[in-house]
Amino acid sequence: MLLFLLRRLGVMILTALCLTFVVFYLTNLPAKLETLAKTQAGSRMSDAEVASWLERNGYGSPMIVRYGEWLGVVPGWVREDQTGVLRGRCVDRIDETAAGERCGIAQGYWGTSTRFRAPVADVISARLGATGWLMLWVLIIMVPMALVVGVLAGMREGSRTDRSLSTFAIASTATPEYVSGVLFIALLASSTVGLSPLLVSWGWIDGPVLFQGNARSALERITFWNFTLPVMTIALYGMGYVARITRASMTEVMTQQYVRTARLKGVSFPNIVLKHALRNALIAPFTVIMLQIPWLLNGVVIVEVLFSYPGFGWTLYEAAVNNDIELLLAASVVAVVVVLVTQLISDIGYVWLNPRIRIS
Amino acid sequence: MEPIGWLEIIARIAQQLLPVWVALVLTFAISLRFKRRLGLYGKLFDSTIGMIGFAIVMFWVFTALFADWIVTHDALGQVSRMRNVVPGTPLPDAAGRYEYFLLGGDALARDVFSRAVMGAREVLRIAPFAAMISFMIGITLGLPAGYFAGRLDTALTFLANLVLAFPVILLFFLLVAPEIQATLIPRVMAGVLFLVPVLFVMVLLNARFFTQPAKRNLYVGLVLLFGLWAYSGLAFNADPLGFWGMSPNLLNVFVAVVFVNAPTVFRIVRGITLDIKTRDYVSAAQTRGEGPWYIMLWEILPNARGPLIVDFCLRIGYTTILLGTLGFFGLGVAPESPDWGSTINAGRRLLTVYPHPALVPALSLMSLVLGLNLLADGLREESLKD
Repeated sequence: MLLFLLRRLGVMILTALCLTFVVFYLTNLPAKLETLAKTQAGSRMSDAEVASWLERNGYGSPMIVRYGEWLGVVPGWVREDQTGVLRGRCVDRIDETAAGERCGIAQGYWGTSTRFRAPVADVISARLGATGWLMLWVLIIMVPMALVVGVLAGMREGSRTDRSLSTFAIASTATPEYVSGVLFIALLASSTVGLSPLLVSWGWIDGPVLFQGNARSALERITFWNFTLPVMTIALYGMGYVARITRASMTEVMTQQYVRTARLKGVSFPNIVLKHALRNALIAPFTVIMLQIPWLLNGVVIVEVLFSYPGFGWTLYEAAVNNDIELLLAASVVAVVVVLVTQLISDIGYVWLNPRIRIS
Repeated sequence: MEPIGWLEIIARIAQQLLPVWVALVLTFAISLRFKRRLGLYGKLFDSTIGMIGFAIVMFWVFTALFADWIVTHDALGQVSRMRNVVPGTPLPDAAGRYEYFLLGGDALARDVFSRAVMGAREVLRIAPFAAMISFMIGITLGLPAGYFAGRLDTALTFLANLVLAFPVILLFFLLVAPEIQATLIPRVMAGVLFLVPVLFVMVLLNARFFTQPAKRNLYVGLVLLFGLWAYSGLAFNADPLGFWGMSPNLLNVFVAVVFVNAPTVFRIVRGITLDIKTRDYVSAAQTRGEGPWYIMLWEILPNARGPLIVDFCLRIGYTTILLGTLGFFGLGVAPESPDWGSTINAGRRLLTVYPHPALVPALSLMSLVLGLNLLADGLREESLKD
């Protein structure tokens, strides 16, 4: 087990290095750096001015060296400008005594966000907290709903319940977040169309709309009215897939010998499902739910932009649109770590839940 | 003129879609008549779900094909005083044009109905081909990875996992950007990705007709000629006859979508190959002394077709969703483009006041993907029966 973990850890680190290098490469293309220089120091710069600005701010060295500086394995750049002021990567980040030291993410220096004009570490940690709440509620809604739908459908294969629930699951996988979000807002959060005006005219609700189409207020206080739509939008798209996996796994278990034996023994049907089938049927969905988490990240970006909820996904979007290199790098590190850690948990969980598999 | 009610709107839309209905009825009549002779396609008509899915998919395919006859207005043309009008509003001054905006106007006073119809063409022009190229790449790499195993497998699996560990949205933001289009990256990626299908077909035919050099030379030569002609145009925009070509924007989108899809296909093909290569008919072929590529392409691949066809349908749907995502973030689309994703994005600003410009493309996209998923489900059910 220890050897397995160590090997997985090695592969994880290698993957993370490759991915961050790709992100670093794509955000540090000459054309992107030119955009950065122009947004930082004035849009009417000539090519020569852009080149000298980049040279002065440490973007002149080869890309692989700058990647090393960012990682913290290569000493930061140092130079003295014409007026004799000492400048350097670590001088800007710490102070003058640190010139020539290493100061990358290995030392905990994530850099500064050019979009939010604040340290990247602060921006990311604050936004991650906001997204954490969103994800928590999504999982609380999505997982039980998906499991119940899947188990009910898979319990009696081919029955009418199975047909209708399977069609529902298929429909939910066919509705991406930007479609369901738009449908929800038009139906439930508009003061002119959909359900809200009807409910207002009946006197059932006080405010102008049933649910709020803007989740910014959830940053201070999460309420049922401002958080339902974003959570439902993400949960709905993710639910269908997990439900279908659960159904497939459940139907397979229901045809096993031990279920037939239990049936012949005269065990009641609810007892068979709850005691014999369910535990074995939930192994496959568990791995899928874990693997679903990084996949939900897509939905998080779309939903946070659609409902203007300033969380991690919204930050990723802002960083990408404004070519905020250091913020984008930090965000991709977080995203990659989330992906790899959930993969690891899903592997370990699979082994732990399924005693038939043992790692040599 | 008075605005028309919902019943008349529906009747008029149905009338505009007349070519689609005719084509659908013909397709179904012919398919049902000859369904016993049509193999898996014919068996699809035994499953209700599959038939519904197929009808929805073909509805959009025919809509995209006959879009020029169906549209009531120019999808890009603006009509004054028609900004954000509700469905069924008559034009103030028709003068030879269609008298109504059947599904209303958008924020730039364009006809929502015509844009949704033209949007189908935008989506169906890219999604099936992107899925097809992804499949060819996935198959070409997945078969040897599963068959030979060993180092090759380890390396390819690591690469596939690398791409899969990338959050899709981040990859899109990085890959589909105007600055990237100016560099060589999309061209190089297209150069590699588009070469694989040509190689795939060549190896496929070479493995089959290896023993008949005359036939082999003819077929492989034809593929090489045709393939390289299309390749030069699609990947490098250097087609001497100017028949094949892709704008840098479109190429960028295409490459990004294929890049995201291919690793998943690779994993599926590799998994199936690992399973099938232990079968007796593979050992029989090995004993006969067949070459590895013949076994992979003509023994293993045909027997893996069931799950692959099902996944192909699902993948077209997923690609449609990805294209919508790209449009939603305004990545890699022309500013006026009628594709569904960017229309939803444009419509969401005034969503709570005028929902129709965003709702129409949203429901269109949903129905197409739903149709593809139902079709895949029907196919899965029928292919499991034999």
